Amino acid sequence: MATFEEQLVEHRVYLMRFARLQLRNDAWAEDAVSETLLAALSKPQSFGNRSQLKTWLVGILKHKVIDLIRSNAREVSLPDYGADDEADELDKLAFQADGHFASPPQDWGDPQQTLAQSQFFKVLDACVERLPPALGRLFLMREWLELSCEEVCKELSLTPTNLYVQLHRARLRLRECLAIHWFGTPTR
Amino acid sequence: MPGMKFTLLRRTCKQAAALLVAREDRALSLPDSVALRLHLMACKACPRLENQILTMRQAMAQWRQAPDEKGGQAGSGQP
Repeated sequence: MATFEEQLVEHRVYLMRFARLQLRNDAWAEDAVSETLLAALSKPQSFGNRSQLKTWLVGILKHKVIDLIRSNAREVSLPDYGADDEADELDKLAFQADGHFASPPQDWGDPQQTLAQSQFFKVLDACVERLPPALGRLFLMREWLELSCEEVCKELSLTPTNLYVQLHRARLRLRECLAIHWFGTPTR
Repeated sequence: MPGMKFTLLRRTCKQAAALLVAREDRALSLPDSVALRLHLMACKACPRLENQILTMRQAMAQWRQAPDEKGGQAGSGQP
């Protein structure tokens, strides 16, 4: 039977991956995970199985990550607009001047079939990682930290309009990445 | 002006696409929401985009639950 410490260490890599993905800053991610493990050590608990312990740790990590975002809000909140961001992401869906599709969107088929494939989640992971840092943070604040738009705006002092524009970009970029790297393969 | 009612509720595919994305993060206004529903009923292309967005929504939900334990074991997060 592994000690509580050993069990915690087993989850470190996993926690780091999420902290990195969310914070996009290795030093902050290290801090968040260290604090998570310290907090866990200070109130050892036993769990019936690995995944319960993991769920508990992820819960602590999310709080630590939000604290870090909050205390670094000034650095985090500046969206890094690149020149190419100026183009409307929607245009990648190929619309005609009259607002109709030039060619219909890809048929992604039955979502359940897609989600049953572990390989899909590797591609999803890579696509999330590929989002520019500021977009990635905002997107995961919604999707991983599960904050409401109001909360994200408050944490980062963003206007709702600005947030919606950023999330719109993030979602369409993710869509495009999946379209190319997963659904683009004709055999799937 | 018989066409008036329809103009209010008419959306192009591009507008419908923007609404489909926006819907992930905010509640649509009533006219937008009704117009989107009408558009989806009449359009062949936009339901595909809707399916893409729904696939992403479900994918993120599953990813959130058990991000490193994929591989067909959907119940891995459960005790």
